[in-house]
Amino acid sequence: MESEGLHLNIDYVGSSGIILSPEQKAALQTSLVILQNENKFNRVYLWGKILGVKDDYFIAQGAYKDEFAGRKTFYSKDCIHWGLLPPATDDMKKKSALAKGRFTGDPSYEFEHVETKKVGEGDDAVDEEETTIIKEEDRLSSVISEIDEDVRIVPRGAFVQVPTAEVVKNRSFEGLSVQEAAKLCNYMHFREAKRLDLKTLLQRANMDKAIDFMDSIEDDVPRGSWSLQFERGSGLLTLRSLQWPGYVFCHVPASQKYGSVYFGTGEKNLDLPFML
Amino acid sequence: MSEGEATPVPDAAVTGKEKEFLKAKSYLLTASTNTGINLYDHLSRVLGKILDERPDNVVDIFEDISKDSKRTKFTSDANTVQDKVDRSTEVALAQVQRKLFTKGSDDGEDDVAQDDEVETPLPNIMELCFFFEQAGIGLNREEMIRIWLALKSLVDNHPLQHVRFWGKIFGTEQNYYVAEVEYREGDEEEEEEEEPEEVQEDDVVEKEGEEEGDEEEIEEDDTPKPDFKPPPTVPKEENRTGANKKTYFVCNDPGKPWVKLPLVQPNQITAARMIKKFMTGRLDAPVVSYPPFPGNESNYLRAQIARISAGTHISPLGFYQFDEEEEEEEEGEGRDHFVENMDFEGIPVRELADPSLGNWVHHVQHILPQGRCSWWNPVQKNEDDFEDEEEEEEREEPDEPTPEEGPALLAPLTEDEEVGNMPAWTPALSSALIPQYSIAVIHSNLWPGAHAFAFEKKFENVYIGHGQKYKSENYCPPAPPPIQEEFPSGPEITETEDPTPEEEAALRAAQQEAADAAEEMEEAEEEEDEDD
Repeated sequence: MESEGLHLNIDYVGSSGIILSPEQKAALQTSLVILQNENKFNRVYLWGKILGVKDDYFIAQGAYKDEFAGRKTFYSKDCIHWGLLPPATDDMKKKSALAKGRFTGDPSYEFEHVETKKVGEGDDAVDEEETTIIKEEDRLSSVISEIDEDVRIVPRGAFVQVPTAEVVKNRSFEGLSVQEAAKLCNYMHFREAKRLDLKTLLQRANMDKAIDFMDSIEDDVPRGSWSLQFERGSGLLTLRSLQWPGYVFCHVPASQKYGSVYFGTGEKNLDLPFML
Repeated sequence: MSEGEATPVPDAAVTGKEKEFLKAKSYLLTASTNTGINLYDHLSRVLGKILDERPDNVVDIFEDISKDSKRTKFTSDANTVQDKVDRSTEVALAQVQRKLFTKGSDDGEDDVAQDDEVETPLPNIMELCFFFEQAGIGLNREEMIRIWLALKSLVDNHPLQHVRFWGKIFGTEQNYYVAEVEYREGDEEEEEEEEPEEVQEDDVVEKEGEEEGDEEEIEEDDTPKPDFKPPPTVPKEENRTGANKKTYFVCNDPGKPWVKLPLVQPNQITAARMIKKFMTGRLDAPVVSYPPFPGNESNYLRAQIARISAGTHISPLGFYQFDEEEEEEEEGEGRDHFVENMDFEGIPVRELADPSLGNWVHHVQHILPQGRCSWWNPVQKNEDDFEDEEEEEEREEPDEPTPEEGPALLAPLTEDEEVGNMPAWTPALSSALIPQYSIAVIHSNLWPGAHAFAFEKKFENVYIGHGQKYKSENYCPPAPPPIQEEFPSGPEITETEDPTPEEEAALRAAQQEAADAAEEMEEAEEEEDEDD
């Protein structure tokens, strides 16, 4: 959710149980402006909050002109002091998939994962324990990038790819109409496209290259991992991800207002197939 | 179009350059076969627009303006269509909710006087909302006002003694707002009679009976009857006791009608413990799960509410106390009744936010593995069957041998078991900057979404979430029961080996011998008879 007008826009996700206390709102308004200025970001987003057992992390992201490339992620525990998170590498993601349990709230905490391996052959085989240590800060970074990868969405047409391949906000985006907003095919994964090649030629022929450069969430697996609801009649659309419970996207139909936040424990819902 | 047609017809005497110019212009003036406009008019309109409006960096957004002007041309005639945009759902909901904002009767003065006199069970929700907001918990303020008004209409229409906003449960299609109420003594029964609650269950039983009957008629042979006897069903707890102590109403949107949830059955609670399902938001939706859940979503919702209440409703130590008069009578069974402590002075916020959690107590009875709050003794001989059920224990409290026992009412949170290596509760102060005026908040880790706050003499619990319990391990549905044995193998059904020819011959010889001997005997007897 963009830092600009955050105190107003956060109300759109209030019905999903996501609210900020007045103190947090005030603190964020101050600190995000400074963050934007110091890092010369074009835009700063409040990405969300990851709930820890002892303490919570607030997460913000800064973007330069190209919304895809060069995003930087920051975390804070008091909404004032922001620390830069290291970008998640593949190695970090692989390791943090091993970490179990919830975040503790201490970035220097180390999760331990013990794996027993058999060394040697035949009768000489000996069990050897291999301990992997995962730093909470690294895990935080990889979980954030995983959530961005899996569920971060925008309405179709809100961003365009300009001929120089940069992804920029579409100035002439006027919002989805109520009918359009009720269709999942009008929401796109805000990431590099992965599944476009899987579409048939016929489908691809009708695509607008400037707009349809991302995957739509219609083909997400498992089907039904998004809960689409209208609130206030049809005055506000809410999309909740059931795969990452706590990820909420909202859009006011026929307006430029949209945004998403993640307020959750940072754990993927692996039980989803059983729960639908 | 008109601009294009106004071009003067060129004279015969034109220079080559002019000819080129005219050719180009006429090309630009060619109307599109699809849309009927031509580029010349379009460009002049776009440039005119740009010069009128003078936007910044015009070359970057030139395409947009061009597109825009094309679009406006097309929709200019369709204004009437635009006005017909279907906003009916929004309007319909607004119409429904408008009723909340109207006062009941016309003579306002009498109303005010009445309201002041009669003590209303309606809580001061905005105050509670304010406290929760300090902690970053809750819903929008305007949504809370709507809920408040909806609760008011609930109070007006039912004889209630106590009302509370229990929380909000998200469904995949709609959400549930849950109100927790207590009826005034005696008034509930009257209402109960009107509501055909029990009928549904009876129907199910009857139907099952009918089906069995039909099968028997159709089949001519005797159908083998299973000798399996289901374990005795645990009787539900009476209204106002145990898990059914409070009554719950739900609605999908404030202003829509409140629906009363049925009483919870113990087998529903035990089944709900074994499954993990998202609610849909429709009360009559079936719960498709393994093991099968007895009932539809309203029963599942009610069972989850009972479990969440039992696990997460907490109050500061000393706010409630046991009634001293009743104490002696019920000594044996475990006390299930408490009263508000009038002398409660409040606990300092810092002590409440202490991680030791000794200053918070559960004020809702623990639900035993059986699915009841008070233990019901099944028939003695079935005790073995009953042992199995105990394995289903999944609450934070430890297993106890039969008779099942859980933590007593008003037990402190310190007795709660850990949830996968982390404490069951996370206490916090609402503000680190101004701790003098902060309030104590406590979040449940076992039921993510359950929160409580306490400040001076006030406290409240609320649940906002999907209604699912936290498990550190991934959900694993129970394995199907072992396959039933076909038939006990014994000597009567084991196949014997065929006799060899020698054995047959020997048997035949023996039989022959026996027959001969019998014949001789008979002959001898006959002879004797003849002698006689």
